[in-house]
Amino acid sequence: MSAAADTLPTEIRQAEPLLSRTRRRQLKGFAFVSPATLLLLLIYIVPLITLVALSLTDYRLGAMATQFIGLDNFTNAFSDPVFRRAFTNTLLYVAIVIPFGVGIALLVATLIHSRIRTRSFYEVVYFLPVTSTLVAMATVWQFILHPRLGPVNAALKSLGFGEFAFLSDPVLIIPTLAVIGVWQIVGFNTILFLAGLSAIPRDLYDAAHVDGATRPLDRFLTVTWPMLGPTVMFVAVTTSITAFKVFETVAVLTRGRYGSEVLLYSLYLEGFEYFQMGYAAALTLIFLAFVLFLSIGQALHLDRRVHY
Amino acid sequence: MSDKTGFLAPSTYSRLLPHAVLMTGALFMLLPFYWMLLTSIRAPAEIFNVSLWPIPQSFHALENYAAATQTVPLFRFMLNGVIVCLGILVVQLLVAIPAAYALAKLPFPGAKLFFSLVIGALCVPMQVLALPLFIGLAWADLLNTYFALMAPFLLSVFAIFLFRQTFKSYPDEIIQAARLDGMSEMAICWRLVVPSALPAIAAFAVFSIVAHWNDLYWPMIVISDMRLAPPPLGMLFFADAESGTNYGALMAGAAVLTSPLVICFLLARRQFIEGITMTGVK
Repeated sequence: MSAAADTLPTEIRQAEPLLSRTRRRQLKGFAFVSPATLLLLLIYIVPLITLVALSLTDYRLGAMATQFIGLDNFTNAFSDPVFRRAFTNTLLYVAIVIPFGVGIALLVATLIHSRIRTRSFYEVVYFLPVTSTLVAMATVWQFILHPRLGPVNAALKSLGFGEFAFLSDPVLIIPTLAVIGVWQIVGFNTILFLAGLSAIPRDLYDAAHVDGATRPLDRFLTVTWPMLGPTVMFVAVTTSITAFKVFETVAVLTRGRYGSEVLLYSLYLEGFEYFQMGYAAALTLIFLAFVLFLSIGQALHLDRRVHY
Repeated sequence: MSDKTGFLAPSTYSRLLPHAVLMTGALFMLLPFYWMLLTSIRAPAEIFNVSLWPIPQSFHALENYAAATQTVPLFRFMLNGVIVCLGILVVQLLVAIPAAYALAKLPFPGAKLFFSLVIGALCVPMQVLALPLFIGLAWADLLNTYFALMAPFLLSVFAIFLFRQTFKSYPDEIIQAARLDGMSEMAICWRLVVPSALPAIAAFAVFSIVAHWNDLYWPMIVISDMRLAPPPLGMLFFADAESGTNYGALMAGAAVLTSPLVICFLLARRQFIEGITMTGVK
């Protein structure tokens, strides 16, 4: 590939010395993006077209005949109680993870920001769950939350509570998974907030102090919160996308049992366990519609942030 | 909580309260790591003796870690993780760097279209492409291979996006001078521009390695052969094989599989935090 790119322009240079410079650079440009373009076609564009086509059929892996069935997969999805449960579970999960994942991180970041000697210690501790392998840590959580062998139930029992089946009681499963989700994401959001906090000019706090905002809460409400607004939005959107894609904890802890299906897990089951490719393709497009809705805002913001 | 009723001065409160809050949160963050390491050195019989702060009666670390490596090929999982992560990273850099350089410094017709496709692809999560890519790999009879593990990630549109931003700030005068000196565009890209962008490349490398070391979704789809499993899938096989009988070994396995990234993180704290968060899209 690169050999062709190097030889071609020299011939043009000899033939057309004046015109050639821009032409040559353009050809180089094409050559430089051609591997990326090829992969973009193979990994994104062709699969996306295939996905849309599949979603309109009843294709099953290994099936003899495949039929065009229009939008039946989509109407089936919305009348399927399992999919509807997966959908509401995912929304419930997101609805818990966003306020706690963002709120706790904001609190932790404002507290860490004013620490000097202990700052890096807290940064490491809170960031540790982000770098650790979630599947391995989910196994640990399973053990910690074990009804008889886990320390959490032991502590609750010593406080006089009964035994909680965090991972098999249908009412508790999604909130429990959400707590683990918050545990994993708080450190990530804290770092984003710390970056936002250090971008706030010190003068603003001095000015607020002169104007009478002397207590920490006043300073937070008059300076930090308004200045941090865009960061809070960005973190909330990122958190919602991450939470929307919850999969690992479900795969390890419940496998979708006891009514704990979530979108990605039922997608995985339909597509790669039951091989209902057409139906799974429709579920994928529904999933994509939600993620796109969330990430368009994120991409716009990212573009602005990097330019600026 | 009120300043008046307490016996400490208000200033002492405002100094201690943040630490109290942060330490409480820190204990919650560390609880799984503490419990994992503690269980991995306890004897199986003691596990049934539940208390919050148990002191191990006998030191059982060797037995547990040995049992873990005998039940599943833990080191094979990690080797697979290294092969897959490095393979992905190398191809990602080889493909994305020239493309980003062309977008930043080599105006060509269609550059706008190409860049908008890159931005569009940024919004498409990998899980959306999994189904058609799986069908393609199944047709090509490539399931259960290292190639299948790497294939969807060989192009990182995020790397193109990030490097384009970085390369743009490289001074045009130097590039013009190098062109007049007869340097090829390839040489300008790799020998002048890339070295100046090493911090961004390093940050991306951290991001890419952490993401693919920890990924479960795609390996779960294309790998059923345990010998090819990367760490998270290996952990899942292990949890299935154990099914709750030997928690000591299971926790030892979890500790082994999660240790490489945690150790790297503790050694290169700044680079890790920057790599994972500056490249904020997951």
